[in-house]
Amino acid sequence: MQFPKYFNFWHKLGMHSLRLTAWAVLAFLMLPILVIIPLSFNVEPYFSFTEGMLAFDPDAYSLKWYAEIINDDKWILAIKNSFLIGAAATVIATVLGTLAAIGLSRADMPMQRMIMAILLSPMIVPLIITAAGMYFFYTQLGLAGSYLGVIIAHAALGTPFVIITVNAALSGFDYSLVRASLGMGASPSYTFFKVIMPLIRPGVISGSLFAFITSFDEVVVILFLAGPEQRTIPRQMFSGLREQINPTILAVAVLLVVVSALLLLTIEYLRARGERIRTGQIS
Amino acid sequence: MSQAELTAAHTAASFNEDSGAHSGLTPEEKRQSKRNLRRRKLIATAFVIPLIVFVLIAFIAPIGTMLYRSVYHPTVAQLIPETLQALQSWDESGDSIPDTATLNVFAKELHYLAQERRSGKLAEEINRGLPGSSSTIKSSARKLKKLDEATLISEGGEHLLAAKKQWQDVRIWRTMKSSGEVFTDSFYLTATDLTRNEQGEIVARDTNIYIKLFAKSLKIALLITFLTAAIGFPLAYYLATAPAKVANTLMVFVLLPFWTSLLVRTTAWIAILQTNGVINDFLITLHIISEPIEMLYTQFSTVIAMTHILLPFMILPLYSVMKGIDPSYFRAALSLGAKPLSAFCRIYFPMTLPGLSAGALLVFIISIGYYITPALVGGTDGQMISNIIAFHMQSSNNWELAAALGSILLILITLLYWIYDRLVGVSNIKLG
Repeated sequence: MQFPKYFNFWHKLGMHSLRLTAWAVLAFLMLPILVIIPLSFNVEPYFSFTEGMLAFDPDAYSLKWYAEIINDDKWILAIKNSFLIGAAATVIATVLGTLAAIGLSRADMPMQRMIMAILLSPMIVPLIITAAGMYFFYTQLGLAGSYLGVIIAHAALGTPFVIITVNAALSGFDYSLVRASLGMGASPSYTFFKVIMPLIRPGVISGSLFAFITSFDEVVVILFLAGPEQRTIPRQMFSGLREQINPTILAVAVLLVVVSALLLLTIEYLRARGERIRTGQIS
Repeated sequence: MSQAELTAAHTAASFNEDSGAHSGLTPEEKRQSKRNLRRRKLIATAFVIPLIVFVLIAFIAPIGTMLYRSVYHPTVAQLIPETLQALQSWDESGDSIPDTATLNVFAKELHYLAQERRSGKLAEEINRGLPGSSSTIKSSARKLKKLDEATLISEGGEHLLAAKKQWQDVRIWRTMKSSGEVFTDSFYLTATDLTRNEQGEIVARDTNIYIKLFAKSLKIALLITFLTAAIGFPLAYYLATAPAKVANTLMVFVLLPFWTSLLVRTTAWIAILQTNGVINDFLITLHIISEPIEMLYTQFSTVIAMTHILLPFMILPLYSVMKGIDPSYFRAALSLGAKPLSAFCRIYFPMTLPGLSAGALLVFIISIGYYITPALVGGTDGQMISNIIAFHMQSSNNWELAAALGSILLILITLLYWIYDRLVGVSNIKLG
């Protein structure tokens, strides 16, 4: 580390301990996630390291918990459901959320602040309250225990994220481009797809990824609203953790870490791209 | 300046241009311009309407249903409608039980309930208002079940009084009348550890369950907020002052946990904290302890797992604020002779307050209503208010009480959300 000349011993000690603290916190953030990776290859049905594992004995490791996922109908159904429900909810959330964000970004929008607060509230209201209310209401509509009910619920939870990211992508959006397009005779829908969309696309895509992960990771609403047919990965993990703890859950967890790492990379790429578009550094 | 403010300023400017030329406009032109403005408002609204309708149906209506459920309780009214109607004319403040006609009506209704096997439901409901009345109702129902309708209509009351002496007690009739009210505040009273005494006055309950639980949830949420701030601050500072390349790389270590499934992280904490878990094994191998420490299923495990889960929500707003602070202020203070500590406290720290308050409010709001992690790692000691709501929804089937507790929590959150909107602006929430 380079220090300014006027730094004395105590300044330097302070800076070193700051760096040490920062690294310790980073370790605290990462280690729990890293620790489950070797544990998922444990040949024994435990959540802890065996002596063989610590001695790097190849016999102490196995892929059997991963194989178990593939052979278990419940997990297969859960994986299918997670992707199906997540994809459907994402489509609804992205379409409605993008349109709303565009409307809300217009200065002509009346009661902007209040509407924004209401539209973002699904993100803030505790899931247990949302789930209980949805249970009461959706049961009356006959939507409890159906795919449609779960998809609608997850779409509602996902829209705030789309609004936030699209709103951010629209910051600094120059509406004179829209006026120019319309003024030169383009139709509103042509203007939307050829002028607005390309400029906000990174925001829309990262918003839809947020909406997808919200659904993919959600378990409280599923617990209340879904029947056995709509069992998702988190729901299956939750009951597994409550009933009998089995390392299959660790294998699923590791696969989920891989999925989140991929999503993270995509989002970061899109964000960098969005940044370049906004600052005009793209050709 | 936020997006909303920018556009607002922009319109204000263009509006002023319009009004600047105001004097020169004909009435027709003024009308035209007003019509234009209205049209633009309509177009903007048209974009938002589909989502508003969707959110109203999918989210707001369910929340409304929950609020309604917390005061609406028709169960008793549906079980014994005729009795309740007959009880209308009875003076509950007196010492005498209802007249024979009313007793006959009730005996008849109880007879039918017993035949339909629904008397247990009534017993359960009345027992909530007057503990001990469950057995009175159940055993009377068994006896009345055998009688025929004609007997019940003429002398059902006598049989009822003969079945159990508790029917002579005016309190059970008071309880029936008050439980028969379709709209009630009794679940809010229960949720705040209050009750009505025999005179109908609101008094404290002997047991103090829910207030304690609310207080505990607030305490846990505060503790988590404090911990995330205490360990998030140095990391955010380090990331904000490190060279861009280092910071971007290290940021992945913050964002990966942020993106990792909640259940994955909770699973990891179970593996770490359990009796034969990583920490206990490690400490035993190092001979620091000889017996494993019980860490899982305690309040401690709730706090540590939730601190881990919510830490990115603190770091991200702090980092983005710290990123915008010009380091030359700090350097200037140092070179002007301030001690680093005082330069930090008086120059740097105050500038980080927007990020700190945003992060703290966000973490506090999220943690107060947390359900999954306490349910899995908290044991009995680490349960929060959400867990008792889920318990009343799923196990005790006291949905109205769950709704009342949920409504109180909702009011608390709405208040915090409102403060957040005032201080930070909800549209400024940063993701990733």
